[in-house]
Amino acid sequence: MYKCNIDSLPKVLDEIRKHYEVFEVGERGAKPVFFPQAEDLMRFKTEGKNIELFDVRAEVQDFVVFGVHACDLRALDVLDNVFLKDPVDTYYQARREHGIIITEACSSPENTCFCTVFGIDPSEPGGDVTIWKDGGSVYWLFNTMKGGDLFMKIESVLEEVSDDIVTDIKSSIRRKLEKLPLAGLSTDDFGAGKTDKFFNDPEWAGLSESCLGCGTCTFVCPTCQCYDIRDFDTGHGVIRYRCWDSCMYSEFTKMSAGQPRLTQLERFRQRFMHKLVYYPDNNDGMFSCVGCGRCLQKCPIQMNIVKVMKRLGGEAK
Amino acid sequence: MQVEGYRPLIVAFCCNWCSYAGADLAGNNRLSYPADVKIIRVPCSCRVNPMFVLRAFQRGADGVILCGCHPGDCHYTSGNFYTRRRMALLFSMLDYLGIERDRTRVEWVSAAEGAKFAATMNDFAQKVAALGENKRLEDLRCKQ
Amino acid sequence: MQTVSRDLLVNKAVSLLGEGKVQTVVGWRKGLFDYDITPATFTAEDDIRKNFEWNDHCGANLSKYLVRLTRKLEGRILVFLKPCDTYSFNQLLTEHRFDRDRVYVVGVQCDGMLDAEGTGLEKCTACKSRKLVVYDELIGEDGDVSDSNRFADVEWLENMTPDERFAFWKDQFSRCIRCNACRDVCPACTCEVCVFNNPKSGIENKAPVSSFEEQNFHIIRAFHVAGRCTDCGECSRVCPQRIPLHLLNRKFIKDINSFYGEYQAGAEQGQRAPLVNYTPDDIEPYEIFNGGEKNV
Repeated sequence: MYKCNIDSLPKVLDEIRKHYEVFEVGERGAKPVFFPQAEDLMRFKTEGKNIELFDVRAEVQDFVVFGVHACDLRALDVLDNVFLKDPVDTYYQARREHGIIITEACSSPENTCFCTVFGIDPSEPGGDVTIWKDGGSVYWLFNTMKGGDLFMKIESVLEEVSDDIVTDIKSSIRRKLEKLPLAGLSTDDFGAGKTDKFFNDPEWAGLSESCLGCGTCTFVCPTCQCYDIRDFDTGHGVIRYRCWDSCMYSEFTKMSAGQPRLTQLERFRQRFMHKLVYYPDNNDGMFSCVGCGRCLQKCPIQMNIVKVMKRLGGEAK
Repeated sequence: MQVEGYRPLIVAFCCNWCSYAGADLAGNNRLSYPADVKIIRVPCSCRVNPMFVLRAFQRGADGVILCGCHPGDCHYTSGNFYTRRRMALLFSMLDYLGIERDRTRVEWVSAAEGAKFAATMNDFAQKVAALGENKRLEDLRCKQ
Repeated sequence: MQTVSRDLLVNKAVSLLGEGKVQTVVGWRKGLFDYDITPATFTAEDDIRKNFEWNDHCGANLSKYLVRLTRKLEGRILVFLKPCDTYSFNQLLTEHRFDRDRVYVVGVQCDGMLDAEGTGLEKCTACKSRKLVVYDELIGEDGDVSDSNRFADVEWLENMTPDERFAFWKDQFSRCIRCNACRDVCPACTCEVCVFNNPKSGIENKAPVSSFEEQNFHIIRAFHVAGRCTDCGECSRVCPQRIPLHLLNRKFIKDINSFYGEYQAGAEQGQRAPLVNYTPDDIEPYEIFNGGEKNV
């Protein structure tokens, strides 16, 4: 365990910047760093009967992602299950391999947080490096080989302290978590194999009735991973790129026969069933919600996964 | 910020009944105007959707000009009256977003005004050339 | 705090439902916290008594839901509208989006709404009107068109240099994630298929891939509602990236007022919108700049 003064944190970050590109994550979390909203995949140029293909990938250098919360780190595990299983998404993989993740313990969780419901411990978030903050100091713990590499480069600006110095911070975080209004939410009703139980639940109609069909929840969600691949005609060639897509959109997965989900009820159900049932079905029971609370804050009509879980779980209307 | 040898690309939407004929007349009278002006014939200036203007900029235009019949002379009676309102608002909005106001223009040119057509294009091309390349409403992907 | 109490609304809804004057009630449903209120329909008395909410967080404009609900549901629909919502309602009627007879409007006077953090919504701090322009019945007292300062920010931008304005908007638009919430919540956006969802429009896109597309989306969106936007402020309220979208719509409103005379969309039913109207001596596009100097 190492420490630095909270005032000297910018200096430490500058020290890191001498060696790596640093992404300081804000409210949007770490997902856009590893899985950007839009990304060029390849480029075509036609001349006469020849089509030339260009790989547009630049070589990825090691980079640092700073300030990742425990929920967002778990969200990357959710994405890994999708992108790193065969067939591997090499674009994503390159960034995952080169990213050094510095997590930050949540000293002030919000009222909309419910990560503990999914077994996440934000007092010990993990990652390559973990930092804890208290009033005047920042404590650094280097967890992995990648973290160790980073440590070698900033060793000079840190001082060594004993490991148990953060025990109090951790227990204070845990006390705060217990008191959060959504801490008592239960996932017992959900998980693998529950498709039949919930698919035709009459509650879906009421839950989805005022859904606008915008993509806010999916675009702020740290685990939503759907994307579309499109071609852009530049006038003298074609750029094939991918961009995030949302199951809430009327043209999501549109085929020649149309959208498979014709009503907003079906689209709405798809999103929440995916988080709570379908994903666990395919990934040994792991939920693809991490309780970050972003959809609770951002949905224009304030409909969200907590309300869905409560209503489907049988809480009186 | 004028680049050596730089020629602006100008898109001129001309209505079929007046301005396109005006451009013809300019040609017949051997009045010269810059070859940088690419004319797109439209049935009426009112056919020009604001999206066309933006699309022209996206695809590399440095200036966009709309030419139509004089107000009151529209072949379809009132088309250019609507154009006038639409474009006044669109240009004002583009200016509000910080896009140079001299890149856009509406001009009324009748079929008899070949000279005015040439003079308008000369003047517009000159003003756009002075502004240089369109950087604020460009799509870099189209320039690769 | 709202002067009009929740009980008044609840009792009104229950009695109209009980009398059979309406079959469905459109209102606001309680959430997990005080502030997370969802627009919802109610058909049962006990549901209304228990879950209907009216507090400082009922910012959502319910008028657009009527387009969908009047097609889906049988019978008459009771809707609660705040003063700014009544303008949207009128505008939708003007555009024949639903039948007036199918809806029973209870106008509710409002004292301004708050966001989740407890700050006043932009649309309320710059409240344009406390007048209810359409209702069948009124709860609270009818007000007047406010002497609002809502164009102050537009003027502030207009007074900048073009370079500063460009930098301002570039910064704002670069945050856009193209979630389309501004469009989907907008009561003026009721197209069956939006141009941004139509693969044949050539501008259908799901992501702001280039800076041009960010600009393009917001210019076109603002233009499509120009002259029809009542300035209800929903776009800015719902933007997850907090882009001040109302500044675009208000620019059009301000321009329309100064070019073509004062016009408030939705103030009266059946008004002809400025962009589908003209006069022979309208202002010429060149006259809006350069002090009206002619180009050639």
